[in-house]
Amino acid sequence: MNYLMEILPSLLAGLKMTLGVFFLTIIGSVPLGIIVSLGMKSPYFTIRWIINGYIWIMRGTPLLLQLIFVYYGLGMIGITFPRFEAAVIAFIINYAAYLAEIFRGGLQSMPRGQYDAAKVLGFNKFQTFFKIILPQVIKIIVPSFGNEVINLVKDTSLVYVIGLGDILRAGNIAASRDVTLLPYLLVGLIYLLMTAIVTVALRRSEKRLNIWR
Amino acid sequence: MLEIKKLTKKYDTNTIFRDLNLTVNDGEVLSIVGPSGIGKTTLIKILAGLETANSGHIMLNGDELPVDGTRFDAKVGLIFQDFNLFPQYTVIENITLAPINVRKTDKVVARQQANNILTTLGMLDKADLYPYQLSGGQKQRVAIARALAMNPQILAYDEPTSGLDEVATKQVGDIVQTLKGQGVTQLIITHDQTFAEMVSDRVFDFATEVQR
Repeated sequence: MNYLMEILPSLLAGLKMTLGVFFLTIIGSVPLGIIVSLGMKSPYFTIRWIINGYIWIMRGTPLLLQLIFVYYGLGMIGITFPRFEAAVIAFIINYAAYLAEIFRGGLQSMPRGQYDAAKVLGFNKFQTFFKIILPQVIKIIVPSFGNEVINLVKDTSLVYVIGLGDILRAGNIAASRDVTLLPYLLVGLIYLLMTAIVTVALRRSEKRLNIWR
Repeated sequence: MLEIKKLTKKYDTNTIFRDLNLTVNDGEVLSIVGPSGIGKTTLIKILAGLETANSGHIMLNGDELPVDGTRFDAKVGLIFQDFNLFPQYTVIENITLAPINVRKTDKVVARQQANNILTTLGMLDKADLYPYQLSGGQKQRVAIARALAMNPQILAYDEPTSGLDEVATKQVGDIVQTLKGQGVTQLIITHDQTFAEMVSDRVFDFATEVQR
């Protein structure tokens, strides 16, 4: 117990880094994902082509590799970011691609009649999207969105590759210094706690959305 | 008054109707009858601005309604066959959403107007329910209320009796008569000849009175 209290401060410092990447990624990737999903339906071939290429790369290569490219790769051609910013950028563009695919699925499941009803009532495209379509799409995609959020909690551990000290790295350092598995156990528990919180939050929002069908 | 002049609609080489002329006078109830798949719904969609026509003119109370798909107004109120209510909004929200957001009507005023319409339609006690909690006939009345809230110059129904039982069908007929009493111009698309003759001032036979 004493030992756990001893390593807790360094784990909590790592947790701060993990949570920072987590929240900034959510804040950045959700709007970007919506924009990308709308771009997939663009009438311009070039835009669709660029977006499909972007999604192909983001989903077709490991996130670990993307982190390395954003930090070291872009650095080599003169575009440098601090480590934390580089990690957040890599996570946002990666998660936006996955979220865009989820939004696209939600958008495709919207019946044509909803757009027609909005049009005959005089709503413009902007109002139609935000007042009528988006709330229904959100309800449809909450479960798959939740999956991505939980994946993100765990994926944040990849930031070690560009030298950031997240919670798993803090556990790693303590474990090899003191030759014990206990720090890993504690780290595992903290991840479980985080995913439990996310799960409960998602269940609640699903329940709130279930007042209409 | 609605005047449709020389309206033509084609899909590729398939002519749905040609040089269609039709007039609906103010306060009149006109039914367009004919078997399904004959192009009645296409006509009503062109009228509502959801479809384009190849040529022809539509005049509504002296204003030309473009038929090239560039319209974004609520001059024609449309009651869809499957209603297309917004599932995430309650009855009252479905009705006030367009007045508040499109017409920029004050929320309190919009609510009051919606309540008046719901009272006319006998639906005031359903104001706070969601669409999934309503029967088919009730959903239809919400769809009518939602269209009326935008003060359309004509109200068009697409197959209003499909999927309704006898009692609900009679109720639709009563609503049409009530709205006629208030001076609302109405256009009804239906394959139900009996219903058409019961509720309308004039019946237009889409099968025989239209050129193709």
